[in-house]
Amino acid sequence: MGEFKVHRVRFFEYMPSPIRAMAFNSRTDRLAVARGDGAVEIFNFADNYFQEKVIPGQDSRAVEALCWVGQRLFSAGLNGEITEYDLENLRPKYTVMAYGGPAWTLSMSTECFLCQVGCEDGTVKMFEILEERIQFQRNHDRQKGRIISLSWHPSGTHIAAGMMGMIRIFETETGSPANKEVVVWSVAFLSDHTVISGDSAGKVQVWDGFTGTLIKTHLITKWDVLALSDQSSLVAGTSEGTVTQFQFLPLIVGQQDKEWVRTRTFKNHSHDVRALAHTETAVVSGGMDTQLVVQPLLDRVEKNTQESALRKIAFPHRSLVCCAKKSGLLLFQFPEHLELWRLGESDGHGKPGDSLPVRKKPEKLIHLKRKGEDHICCSALSPCGGWLAYTTVSSVRLYRLQYNNNSISIKKLPKLPKELCSAHQLCFSSDSSKLFASSKHSSVIVVALGQSECKYLHTLKPKSGYGTTEQPVHLLFVSEDSKWLAAANTGCEIHIYNLNKLKLHCTVPVYSSCPTAIAIHPVTSNLVTVHANQQIFEYSLAQKEYTEWSRKLQKQGLHNLWLERDTPITHISFNPNNQAHIILHDMFMLCIIDQSLPLPDRKTLLYNQMTLRSVPESERLRHSHAFKICKNFQHLLCVSTLEDQALVVVERPLLDIMSQLPAPVRQKKFAT
Amino acid sequence: MVEHGDIRVVHRGGSKINSREPVISSDSRLLLCASGECVKVFSTSTEECIHDLRGHTGLVTGVLLRPSNHLQAYSCSADGTVRLWDFTDGILIKVHLPPPPPHPVFAAHPNTAHLYIVSAKGLQLEVYFFKKQKFSLKENNKKGRKNTFTCVASHPQDDCIATGHEDGKIRLWRNFSHKKEYTYSTLHWHHSVVSSLCFTPEGTNLLSGGVESVLVQWRYNQESQKDFLPRLGAAITHIVVSPDGALFCTSHSDNKITIIQSCVKVSAIIQGLVKGESLSTDLMVDPRSKAMVLNGKPGHLQFYSLQRDKLLFNLDIVQQEYIHQSGLQQFEVVKAAFTASGNWLASVEERKQKDAELELNLKLWMFDEQSQSFVLNTTISAPHEARITAMCFCQSTDSQTTMLVSTSKDGHFKAWQLATPAHTEDDGPSWSCDFVGAYHSLVPECCTFSADGSLLAVSFQEVVTVWSPSSWELLTTLSQPPGAIRDLCFGKLSCSKYLVGTTANNLLCCWNLLTCALEWSTSMNTSLLLADPLSENMAAFCPQAGFTDLFVFKPNEPRPLYSHKAVCSGNVTRAVFAPREEMLDSCEESSQWLNHSQLYFLTQCMVNPTNTKLSKLVIDDSIAMTPFHLLLGKHRGQQQQQESGQDSLSAERTPLPQGSAAIKEVSSSFLHV
Repeated sequence: MGEFKVHRVRFFEYMPSPIRAMAFNSRTDRLAVARGDGAVEIFNFADNYFQEKVIPGQDSRAVEALCWVGQRLFSAGLNGEITEYDLENLRPKYTVMAYGGPAWTLSMSTECFLCQVGCEDGTVKMFEILEERIQFQRNHDRQKGRIISLSWHPSGTHIAAGMMGMIRIFETETGSPANKEVVVWSVAFLSDHTVISGDSAGKVQVWDGFTGTLIKTHLITKWDVLALSDQSSLVAGTSEGTVTQFQFLPLIVGQQDKEWVRTRTFKNHSHDVRALAHTETAVVSGGMDTQLVVQPLLDRVEKNTQESALRKIAFPHRSLVCCAKKSGLLLFQFPEHLELWRLGESDGHGKPGDSLPVRKKPEKLIHLKRKGEDHICCSALSPCGGWLAYTTVSSVRLYRLQYNNNSISIKKLPKLPKELCSAHQLCFSSDSSKLFASSKHSSVIVVALGQSECKYLHTLKPKSGYGTTEQPVHLLFVSEDSKWLAAANTGCEIHIYNLNKLKLHCTVPVYSSCPTAIAIHPVTSNLVTVHANQQIFEYSLAQKEYTEWSRKLQKQGLHNLWLERDTPITHISFNPNNQAHIILHDMFMLCIIDQSLPLPDRKTLLYNQMTLRSVPESERLRHSHAFKICKNFQHLLCVSTLEDQALVVVERPLLDIMSQLPAPVRQKKFAT
Repeated sequence: MVEHGDIRVVHRGGSKINSREPVISSDSRLLLCASGECVKVFSTSTEECIHDLRGHTGLVTGVLLRPSNHLQAYSCSADGTVRLWDFTDGILIKVHLPPPPPHPVFAAHPNTAHLYIVSAKGLQLEVYFFKKQKFSLKENNKKGRKNTFTCVASHPQDDCIATGHEDGKIRLWRNFSHKKEYTYSTLHWHHSVVSSLCFTPEGTNLLSGGVESVLVQWRYNQESQKDFLPRLGAAITHIVVSPDGALFCTSHSDNKITIIQSCVKVSAIIQGLVKGESLSTDLMVDPRSKAMVLNGKPGHLQFYSLQRDKLLFNLDIVQQEYIHQSGLQQFEVVKAAFTASGNWLASVEERKQKDAELELNLKLWMFDEQSQSFVLNTTISAPHEARITAMCFCQSTDSQTTMLVSTSKDGHFKAWQLATPAHTEDDGPSWSCDFVGAYHSLVPECCTFSADGSLLAVSFQEVVTVWSPSSWELLTTLSQPPGAIRDLCFGKLSCSKYLVGTTANNLLCCWNLLTCALEWSTSMNTSLLLADPLSENMAAFCPQAGFTDLFVFKPNEPRPLYSHKAVCSGNVTRAVFAPREEMLDSCEESSQWLNHSQLYFLTQCMVNPTNTKLSKLVIDDSIAMTPFHLLLGKHRGQQQQQESGQDSLSAERTPLPQGSAAIKEVSSSFLHV
């Protein structure tokens, strides 16, 4: 496997933000998730639950509700605004003020292109969805309390609104009395005019929408029922962290009489379940504990397949850490600020597995607060450590860093070229002379960096009319010799640019799954790509074809255990001392692929490091195969090589995240 | 005059009434339950047994009301027959013989409304539809989950199946007609195995029970609401609801059936003989009530009427809350003894926890005439340092002071005496230690007083020591090595000069205390020796190749008065002579010994019941049996044994595998002196 000196970094205090709202688009198989900091993430459920897009948050935006209309995504929040998102440029397209105080809920009718917003002042405001914008149409009768939840009848003729202590159905008005103050957190309006409500008294109630009579009450928790979602079955999330499923079942098999029956209960969360989505095969839930959980319904999927496994998505599928290889600096990205750290040093030597004494402790050099309201969406540090750049949806900022012994000076470059107004991804060339920034329509802007100024050089564009190249670039990689630039976008395309000629060299054959990490080998100039479905490719840039090794890998197929992993590979790097080594990592493991060794077939043990250790030295080679997997480090955010045969491993244990969450509702545990 | 017949063994009762679920008649007045080889009919209001439906020759495995006539019931048995009874009058109507081979017959409960049968076994749930293919489902026990099915019930109206699981969860399965779209919901209250489930007839409630001995009533479809009926005394094994839903009936692991009025209150308790984990006390007869006394439910002594086959009452010895949870070590009553008059009762309770010291308590109880019950007089905590091996009272009725002797594994025997405290206040007399004896640091095993209380015999492994209780002087030692002494008995009445002992080395010895010499001995493997308190007779049980032989003899002559080959299969570990209420005067030599008392013994027998897979040793319901006179003198001729001793008839009758020679040898060896 090779020996490395490992910097085990645990000072990145990354804290994900709680999940507030969720909307699933069954037509495109995309799930939109809104977090507490206003960020919106798009997951592609068809492509191994890959986090495709992230729209950064904003200080003033607190999303309370999300809604899909066709391919368009809308949100409403406590700032009283309705926002539509530009999913190609990963930014809000426009916002419309609802003028009703904080907006609690948003509901769309797919039939007649209307959207309704429930507001603090008790009004339900109806907006018409036009081609490019939404327009206020009218107010419903103003109610006494705030409107907490809304649900359209699928025909679009009626809407049910849940508020403090009552449910109101507009256009066929009916009310329900309540003895104590009950907040109807969520309502669902079903096609047979049944209204189902979840409230703060812990009840899920089934109402007849025509007469307003209560059909059935299910008491499912002592605390609030916070979220409801319906499909052919209905799920309710509670503040205990449980998700309860209800199914519309015939009481006697084969007969027509059906009833809503409480069936399964899942407990996958430690805190409130704030958002739920019901897909064809699974229940997706998220809440205060910041994890997104996909719980497959075992009656809808084949047993013992990859689809039937419970999946928890805890970390973002993109990089929040940038490592300057030459100078041993780490840049951590938070929504609000950036942190620059210098790695510690050690001059000790030891056996493999030993922890070395630290001579110089890691040191936080800079805490850089962002300007403006928008959250940071991407940041980069040059390999020499002399340049730092970050971008928000509205602006790009570039800083020059200078180190004089122990002091450090940071200077913002005052004037940036006007082409560089916003970017999705940033990347420095390895000699730190150029900055690349991905921009609109998959284009990449090249900026030359001088001593204290920068100059716009060129805009690299993929060939137009090349399919759907409107998707944003989510991965950028510059080769070591600064000859090649690879740019991957969420449309699954990877474009290779020749930086000497400043033009498109080739486009890698489009693969159906989105790339999650790309890298160009420093010596052989082969492009290595890993995709959301865990496939690995190696593409020769010189020959413009897949390499022999890549073909062999595809022919033989990857090991089942490799394919069954449920977190994507997020970084690729290469061992500077052995060019056959490719270093990959996902959240739970670190893997070194040795291209000189035979590939494992389906029957060999994939995780064989322990068995290898037990066999004598002479036989080891016979037993070993190309995939060397190390699970010593867990919950990885970044693994990167440094120049001096050292490895930087950035961990963020999930327990540390858990310990920073607010206390959940207290529950009595049996025998305590 | 009474015509004298033969002696035979009769099954007296004490059978399990909780082995199968009981059946409540449609008018809720009667309760039918399988009890050993008969079906008992109880009244649900008075708790009395109305009829014993006898006729089966094997264990009854199921009882079912006849659907077309609710005054008739079917019973099926391991003997391979199905019998139809009129249970209100107790008449056998018909015997059905199923076609050969005669497999044991079991009752099955088809869900006639919905045309399917549910069965759950291990991790597999199967639904057999009458018209369609079966549905089956397999749970797994991976990741330490305990999903094994333990019980199953189907809803009377809806297509809903409730299953109980080993981890205490109840699952309600629905939509199981399709292979994939089945679904279930989970109810969880029990902390241990759910042992029984039952829907009420209307299907509005689901009842569940388990080790917690709490009956839980779940509202169907509103499962968050549940009612509890706690403190039912012992783990629930079966739950049955009467057809009109008015009565619930729960069987418990302590051989009890509780009748409950709609989950509100317990209205009647039918209690059989309690057989705990082990029978640690001897069988005793309470001299006052003539009830048989043995340890019953945890921490209690039970008083059991032999005549009426009914539990009279439980005496709480431990007086601590019993925690209904498996795997806990709690106080158990291990020894008990009565004085001859029945005024005093001594009890020993112990708790042995892993890695902890043995906790021992000796308690002495005085009979209180006013309350007609035993009242705790003295508690001696840690009377010995190790387990108590034997305990007996001085049997003389005329002696002034009452004395108790206990022997222990710590190498001592202690005599306890009732003494009036020196500084007399209003405290009554209490018990204190009078003497501590030991012999060459050997472990004492048995102790017994002579009939007049003048001698105490204590056995120390192979040595018998005889002491004078008045002066605590070691009078003599008797020894017949090799082999440790197993049982010791003084002769009574005319034989009071004899001391009889059995050794672990297959020897029965009789010493003459006047000469301090061995009078006679015989080589026989005796598992149990006991003396009739009202006559000179002694009974010895000898296990022989899967069966047990009974010999009755007088110590003064080395010739058995009576012998009975193979009184039962298996080993007899406990027996007792119970005095008759009125004396018989039989003159036949072989049956004279039963004039004063009846001999009751508990058997363990090999049962090969129900399904053939279960072929392990099962401790059967205690089948207490009495040899007794057939008053009406039915001569069973050649089947019964008329004479004592070594006739060839006995060898012929008992199909012992060893053949007759061995038995003859045993019998004739009796004559050695």
